[in-house]
Amino acid sequence: MMQIAVLSGFVLAAFAPLLYRWLGQRTAAIMALYPLAIVVWLLAQWSTVVTGGEPVWLEMAWVPGMDITLTFLIDGLALLFGLLIAGIGVLVLVYAGEYLRGHPDLPRFLAIITAFMMSMLGLVLADNLVTLFVFWELTSITSYLLIGFNHTDISARKAALQGLFVTVAGGLALMAGVVMLGVAGESWSLAELTTRGDQLRSHALYTPMLICLLLGAFTKSAQFPFHFWLPNAMAAPTPVSAYLHSATMVKAGIYLMARLQPSLGGTDLWVVTLSLVGGVTMFTGAFLAVRHTNVKKLLAYSTIMALGTLTMLLGIGTEGALIAFVTFLLAHSLYKGALFMVAGILDHETGTKDVTAMGGLRALMPITAGVALVAALSLAGVPPLLGFIGKELMLDSVMNASHYKALLLLLAFMAAILTIAVAAIVALRPFFGEQRQTPRAAHEAPLAMLFGPAVLAGASLLLGLVPGSLDRLVGVTVAGIGAAGADVHLALWHGINLPLLLSLAALALGWVTYRRWDRVRARLAYLDPLMARGPEAAYDAVMLGVAGGAEWQTRLLQNGYMRNYVLVMVATLIALLGNSLLLRHSPEIAFQLDVHFHEAVVVSLMAMAALFATITRSRLGAVASVGIMGFSIALTFILFSAPDLGITQLLVETLTVILLVLVLFRLPRFASLSTPLERIRDLLVAGSMGVLITLLVLTSWGIDQFIPISGYMVDNSVPLAHGRNIVNVILVDYRALDTLGEIFVLALAAIGVVAMLKLRAAKPTDETKGRSDG
Amino acid sequence: MVKSGTLILHTAARILMPLQLLFAVFLLLRGHDEPGGGFIAGLVAAGGFTLYLFAYGISATREVLRMVDPRDLIGVGLLLGMISVFPAWFFDQPFLTAQWWTIPGIDFTASTPLIFDIGVFLAVLGSVLAMVMTLMEVDKDEP
Repeated sequence: MMQIAVLSGFVLAAFAPLLYRWLGQRTAAIMALYPLAIVVWLLAQWSTVVTGGEPVWLEMAWVPGMDITLTFLIDGLALLFGLLIAGIGVLVLVYAGEYLRGHPDLPRFLAIITAFMMSMLGLVLADNLVTLFVFWELTSITSYLLIGFNHTDISARKAALQGLFVTVAGGLALMAGVVMLGVAGESWSLAELTTRGDQLRSHALYTPMLICLLLGAFTKSAQFPFHFWLPNAMAAPTPVSAYLHSATMVKAGIYLMARLQPSLGGTDLWVVTLSLVGGVTMFTGAFLAVRHTNVKKLLAYSTIMALGTLTMLLGIGTEGALIAFVTFLLAHSLYKGALFMVAGILDHETGTKDVTAMGGLRALMPITAGVALVAALSLAGVPPLLGFIGKELMLDSVMNASHYKALLLLLAFMAAILTIAVAAIVALRPFFGEQRQTPRAAHEAPLAMLFGPAVLAGASLLLGLVPGSLDRLVGVTVAGIGAAGADVHLALWHGINLPLLLSLAALALGWVTYRRWDRVRARLAYLDPLMARGPEAAYDAVMLGVAGGAEWQTRLLQNGYMRNYVLVMVATLIALLGNSLLLRHSPEIAFQLDVHFHEAVVVSLMAMAALFATITRSRLGAVASVGIMGFSIALTFILFSAPDLGITQLLVETLTVILLVLVLFRLPRFASLSTPLERIRDLLVAGSMGVLITLLVLTSWGIDQFIPISGYMVDNSVPLAHGRNIVNVILVDYRALDTLGEIFVLALAAIGVVAMLKLRAAKPTDETKGRSDG
Repeated sequence: MVKSGTLILHTAARILMPLQLLFAVFLLLRGHDEPGGGFIAGLVAAGGFTLYLFAYGISATREVLRMVDPRDLIGVGLLLGMISVFPAWFFDQPFLTAQWWTIPGIDFTASTPLIFDIGVFLAVLGSVLAMVMTLMEVDKDEP
């Protein structure tokens, strides 16, 4: 089933390097057959999901004990997203195969982008909240790897980390939100939660839950003030930008909000937050876009504009707004994917990303110019393209918004003007005007690179001409996100109404902005100092603070002196133990003095050895007295009939002696390094530790909170575990998982010792240098 | 630096090491019913090798160990520990559920706890030997 297909996709990703060795440059095109098959399969569900209006359930258990399933639910929204992800995935793979032809890391790219594709598919198809979250985090990780694809470039690495931190921090908030949602809704199934909207909206956890979920969605979908990572992520190769940062990953947050619309939407908090954040993001994106001359940055900011628009439409939440949401979403994915691929072609063929350095390319690359023009017309919202329908519906629903209608309309109108300017800059500036000298002699792109953008631009045009073909899909999708039974009729012509007039005005003003773009940019340059104090500066400050804090606590707590570590550990233990023992639980001392003579001898031996170890001035004396303590402890174990423990203690003591013999001559001079004051402090710490532990032991003697488990272990040791030595049965059977963990820790410790010593031995010069510096 | 080469130590190490190893195996196998077990056996075996190490030095001990690097023992030990986790899975039981198989003819019962214990034995032996041998090697490298 689909689950198997998605999981096998990850396997396919792992085999990409091997396939590349066998198939060479054709690998990308051949691997594109995989998402193509998924597209075909999804289209086969069309009749059920879209025509029949019935979602497809693909049930599959994963962790049944915790109510976590791998069940996929294919309804209108999932089908729409699935088709976009797999469909654009096919085009991007074909495109990337050509864009990165001969690149030594192409196999790595194919592996990661396939893994990303599958994560994204899992994210939009999953019905279970936990599964959705797992796929969500997978998209964060794979996108980190894709942004940092050119890992030798420091700015790419920085951008990748920034994207990762922002989205993963949001992911943490999302996790908290998901847990609250599951608890409040008493279900982990998204489909179930959809039917429990009233219960969720009146739940006490509604506000914190919404905040956490929205933080996750806003960071992922680059909403203001978290938008800054998206333009920086343009350091990724252009196929990645075309795929992740326009059509798919940044829409994951949008997808989540749409999914939750029926469960959580409709309250004032939801409406106000989403419409305001969306509106501000929409305007900020469009406004910041015109400052840039880098074609990818222009497109990235206009993507932020689109993401803001989508959020705002979800916030408005009326039937009309949801129809506009779906239409705008589809239109944006098509034209933005195409435009990014065109940007990649320009970069690839001319060697520059700066639109002001290009000009007159129309003659040299006519097909690219045509594709760019069609896609940009859709971006600008010019009839008869799909983008026009989306924009008309958007303006119409903003005018029917319940909150902040005037503000939103103003923001939308200004964003529309600026977007038209951006569309003109991207599609006209490089192709028209006088021809310019570019770093590389430009010529038409190869067919494989033209295929993707041409298909997407063609779809924008075709769907715009026959919008009726989308009615059913949009209707079903809208039904799944809170507007059941909507009567959807997409059309190019709605008569002369206010949205149309606004569109025309925006078109005219946008054109003016484009004509005066150079001057506008010069004016906006005055704002640069202000821009430098934006949210990104806050992010940098936070990261610096984290690094500074880490450095400070390392210097304070981990200064490299053993005595300091012991002090910190013991003091912490005293604080924690003292807190729960003395403050939360008054110590009770209940014991009778019933001591045999030989027990008293062993105990006083131990006490004397301990005392001697602290005051002796000879190292050997200290070692020997600590050894006496160890052997006394072993004796105690044997006295109280625990032979296994006794033997182990004896062996460990022996081993300690061996290790000490080995290092004895390598230790520094035995000296007293502490001042009298420090010794008093140490005495206090050690003394209170001893007192506390004694109190703890005595108190726990009198407490019987649980039925001791030892009875069960004794009774079942022979019948169930076939062993008479209960200690060993506990180690290898009852608590074998603990032992497994312990031997791993032991192995790690051994590897650590070996590594530390071998590294020192290998580089004696560094060591001596460090010492002289210190 | 550890001095090696006294007559008593030499003779004792040569005789004691095999006995200690034998004793370790004995402890390992009887551990489920009587005092003993993988952890203790690992320490005893490590003690045996260390004694030999002190008497004859590092290269002679490496020869005794043949091709086996103590670090590989750690890996094998952990692997055995992990292997013993899975058999229960095939019988549709939770991970780590002990499985017992009586081998007909020789009246010996093989079990996943035994495999696990052998894993513990090897991991402990390997870890201790790796630490001790590295310490001695470093000792030897620097005059």
